[in-house]
Amino acid sequence: MQSDMRLLGRRGFLGLAAGGAAVAATLGPARAAKVRTSARIVIIGAGAAGTSMANRLVERLEGATITLLDGRADHFYQPGLSLVAAGLKPASYTLSKTADWLPKEVTLIAEKAAAIDPDAKTVATEGGTRLDYDFLIVAPGLVLDHDAIPGFSLDMVGTNGIGALYAGPDYAAKTWEAARKFTEEGGVGLFTRPATEMKCAGAPLKHTFLIEDIAGRTVGPGKYEIHFAAPQPVLFSVPIVAEKVRMLFGERGVTTHLQHKLMSIDPGKKSAQFEKTEVDAATKAEVKSTVELPYDYLHVIPPQRAPEVIRQSGLSWADKWTDQGWVECDMKTLRHLRYPEIFALGDVAGVPKGKTAASVKWMVPVVEDHLVAAIEGREGTEVYDGYTSCPMITRVGKAMLVEFDYNNNLVPSFPGLIAPLEELWISWLMKEVALKATYNAMLRGKA
Amino acid sequence: MKDLTLSTLIAVFEEMFGRGLFWTMVAVAALITLLYFFVLIRDHRVSWRKFLWAQLSMPFGAVAAVLFVQKVTSSSFSNIGGPVDWIVLLGVAVLGAVGLAILVYSVQSLVRGPG
Repeated sequence: MQSDMRLLGRRGFLGLAAGGAAVAATLGPARAAKVRTSARIVIIGAGAAGTSMANRLVERLEGATITLLDGRADHFYQPGLSLVAAGLKPASYTLSKTADWLPKEVTLIAEKAAAIDPDAKTVATEGGTRLDYDFLIVAPGLVLDHDAIPGFSLDMVGTNGIGALYAGPDYAAKTWEAARKFTEEGGVGLFTRPATEMKCAGAPLKHTFLIEDIAGRTVGPGKYEIHFAAPQPVLFSVPIVAEKVRMLFGERGVTTHLQHKLMSIDPGKKSAQFEKTEVDAATKAEVKSTVELPYDYLHVIPPQRAPEVIRQSGLSWADKWTDQGWVECDMKTLRHLRYPEIFALGDVAGVPKGKTAASVKWMVPVVEDHLVAAIEGREGTEVYDGYTSCPMITRVGKAMLVEFDYNNNLVPSFPGLIAPLEELWISWLMKEVALKATYNAMLRGKA
Repeated sequence: MKDLTLSTLIAVFEEMFGRGLFWTMVAVAALITLLYFFVLIRDHRVSWRKFLWAQLSMPFGAVAAVLFVQKVTSSSFSNIGGPVDWIVLLGVAVLGAVGLAILVYSVQSLVRGPG
């Protein structure tokens, strides 16, 4: 026996190990054969949804012409903006190049879409190029309507106690400059959210929780007040989550102003004007009044709408969200209700939930399935159930892993292991360590 | 998580550390494990004297691993919120302890030779 061992020796042992590694490397899911097609597919938008979709289609289709339209050279990892705006990550953490995520089989046109003609099945770019399509995937994201708040402009962010983390990596970093001053000096912190649909409805709450946590450890208790103002009658659209946040705000001493819509700000006076809606107990009529709240630090999240090109193209809902223009589509398949060769993906989709990167991860395989099925002349089977996820950060180092669907049901990924409404370190670790990695893998079509 | 497969997991880890660093770390871990098995097979027995040193190093490995994870994730002990957090913390500690023990044992065997 001993001599056998000696015979094996160092080299033989290493060889054996290398063989084992090679066997392990070949394990993995078997890839289905590619579908041959000459379909022309145009994707508007190279954000999380468009990029992920492009990568997956390249894996599924052989011979398709896939064109991606996006005028922005930088790709933003938006789930990281909350961390940047709390001084936990640099702006560069959320920045990469759009082109770096795309396979060579995809043609990237670095221009915005200027017009869509769904009847003629063409898209015109800003530079005047006309693209004909057989299938169109609309994933341009949304626009932040900063001009809708008189008194506010983006160049104020970072100065005079004004923050706006949604506006991008640089503005998120500037937001932290203003917020840090507040956490060091104290005063009144005023946190808002818009009346429109918005991406990641958890982010306004996260920013509030994070700045409160940091202020509590920096300037110290008693030196600051935190106020949260929202136009909605509740703190979160999912009732069980809204109740949990209400309790946490109570514990943390956050004053809540519900049904307060930010109308304008006066940066000179450091005060913000809100439209307050109350229901008259006797007549049941809505009574609106103006309320002025002072601030030392103000976090502004502007109204959010579909990009102009979408709203001008006739793709939006005619009877829903008329001031916002989200794409009219089936909430289960994301297929346009009037133009079956058009799909909506990501923030722009006119569905009741799902303006998060986690939703995109669930949406993309559904659209992929229906699109490939359409090419093959059959019906797709995958269904999007409204899955939306939000690692709701409540302190630096703690978060609640909130996941829900269209029906406001909680749909925990790890039932019995990670409790959805419990403030846990593991949920923070997932946000801090695993989320960006998972997001990047999703961009490459691998998760 | 949707479709949590081995290839998804590998893709996620590649993104977490960067492809080069991830596979380097896998290679280093595999190499240390291989060295451990190599010295075990070469010496044909466990040296209890070396094993004692390896055991003594374990608490240091455990503490170092926990502090390292807390450092890179802006966390502290006050963030422990529920049973699953204790399990994660203990898991990190065990990994650190076992990893360092294997390293210490293997290095001793290679440097000092059998005996």
